[in-house]
Amino acid sequence: MSIPLPVFVAIPLVTAFLLPTFGKKGKAAATVIANLVTVSLLVLAVVSIIQLSSGDDPMTVYKIGKWPIPRGINLVLDGLSALLLVAIGVVATAAMLFSARYMEQYTAKAKYLSLFLLMVAGMNGVVLSGDIFNLFVFLEIASLASYALVGFGCEHEELEASFKYMVLGSVGSIFILFAVGLVYGNTGTLNMAYISQAIQNAGRLNPGLGFALALFIVGFGLKAALVPFHAWLPDAHPSAPAPISAMLSGILIKALGVYALARVVFNVFGVSLPIGWLLLVLGLLSMVAGAFLAIGQWDLKRLMAYSSISQIGYVVLGIGLGAILIARGDNLAWASLAILGGLFHLVNHAVYKSLLFLTSGSVEMSTGTRQLRQMGGLAEKLPFTRATCTVASASIVGIPPFSGFWSKLILVIAAIQAHFYWVAAIIVFISLCTLIMYLKVQRYVFLGELPEHLQQAEENKGPMLVAMVFLACLCVLMGLLVLVPGLRNSILEPAVRVLTDGLTYAAAVTGT
Amino acid sequence: MPYALCFLLFMIGLYCVVVKKNMVKIVIGIMVMEYAVNLFLIMLGYRTDGIAPIIDKAQFDPETRQIAASFVNSSVDPLPQALVLTAIVISLGSLALMISICIRTYGKYGTFDITEIRRLKG
Repeated sequence: MSIPLPVFVAIPLVTAFLLPTFGKKGKAAATVIANLVTVSLLVLAVVSIIQLSSGDDPMTVYKIGKWPIPRGINLVLDGLSALLLVAIGVVATAAMLFSARYMEQYTAKAKYLSLFLLMVAGMNGVVLSGDIFNLFVFLEIASLASYALVGFGCEHEELEASFKYMVLGSVGSIFILFAVGLVYGNTGTLNMAYISQAIQNAGRLNPGLGFALALFIVGFGLKAALVPFHAWLPDAHPSAPAPISAMLSGILIKALGVYALARVVFNVFGVSLPIGWLLLVLGLLSMVAGAFLAIGQWDLKRLMAYSSISQIGYVVLGIGLGAILIARGDNLAWASLAILGGLFHLVNHAVYKSLLFLTSGSVEMSTGTRQLRQMGGLAEKLPFTRATCTVASASIVGIPPFSGFWSKLILVIAAIQAHFYWVAAIIVFISLCTLIMYLKVQRYVFLGELPEHLQQAEENKGPMLVAMVFLACLCVLMGLLVLVPGLRNSILEPAVRVLTDGLTYAAAVTGT
Repeated sequence: MPYALCFLLFMIGLYCVVVKKNMVKIVIGIMVMEYAVNLFLIMLGYRTDGIAPIIDKAQFDPETRQIAASFVNSSVDPLPQALVLTAIVISLGSLALMISICIRTYGKYGTFDITEIRRLKG
């Protein structure tokens, strides 16, 4: 029996509205319930990806209220959605476990938990939605929850960052809504599969649809913090509480930005050469600018936030390279290799960047500061944090056999095979910059002299430790996803096929 | 022509967000953009001398099970109105959050001027 898809949205949404009623006394119970919800979502996501790969159908379509599409709203679970669902499940589980102790230093924990679950519900909705207006609604649910969570501490910096994030995020959302309106006006439907068919029947994009595509790219680019639109990210991600930074950097910018962009470009509008080049250039710009800006930072979390921009560049670069090769009609094997690299990097980045933000939270909780210059010598005081942080750094830099190495290797191979030698060179060069960044973190946080005021620093025990070790184990094991053919064929390949087969999405949804 | 005016309204909102220094004015700019988009959605479904898209007995022939052609030709499109209702609810939520953040920021900094609210940089 397959899982009814609305549960992925309904469970966190219902719990989110129940939790604030628990009040102060039920804080412990609320924490346990919230953790149960995230764990059960992870289990459901894993079950659904197994069912999807063992079944014959490439996708499951759920029609809400049994209304036939395109009149009703449908939810679609295909390889790409399933991959994102699992990634959301993993990061949310770890971040929620970490919050159980970390959020004790804030008041109003029940409200925090409900906002957290609201964000998870929104992201699950975005990756499952098969209706473009519904996608906008879920995107707004997730964004609004994240605006509030960034400003959760209500201190000077947090409010400022939250306002900045909110203004840019709202402008992005309005652009997307405008584009949805244009698409409806030009095709007369809101269902993504039917829009895609209408565009294919017309044969070419008319000016209205072209403008809509441009608005989509700007809107989702703002959500994904690609380089010309990145101004909010380095303020917003460090200001949030550490588990929320892990959620935002780990998964929110991907589910709301990269996933939605890839879905709209590949499955709805269809790839073309200019769009492919645009994605490639945006990816390269983000990679280079993010890495250079990160090296100069002295605030631990701000450094990691800039590095997120750089890493999201790798993902968009892989997808853009794939789009160029598909549009040219070159050897499709290299196109799917490039997209495989991009998507695998997306999943890897979700795991190691959330781990890095969790370790930064652990360091901040023990030392009370985020400034690299005021730390040092914490390797002895925080052995587990140090170990997990080193694993995550090794992954992000790309040292074999950790996860980041494999995805970068695939990207480099794809770029060379497609004769984009300069792209391959830039990928390797930015990896070196990433190495410098994380050597700086290791040097200033964990090595060197222990300052006088940090003698009392203590390792954080309990759920925080479990969350960090869980993610560190994943960092080590993720390489198996590409190395073991069985796992690759059942988890990554279906997601890649969704993008390379692009426009067959419409036929598959409408046919069932 | 109405579409051009609607787009002008959108650009006025965008200008306001980009240029203004006062937090409350930026929020107003965002709302102007929001309303421009809502207006655009309503105009998509608008018809001059349109009727409400509700089928009553006069327009439905029970014997042939056909809907009168006059109904199809003159009823407005109801879907954009449903979209606008949803969009208004969402924008109400985001407006409430934005204004409350403005108020809390004023409490901390004592000003609405974003050139003076700059602790984060680099």
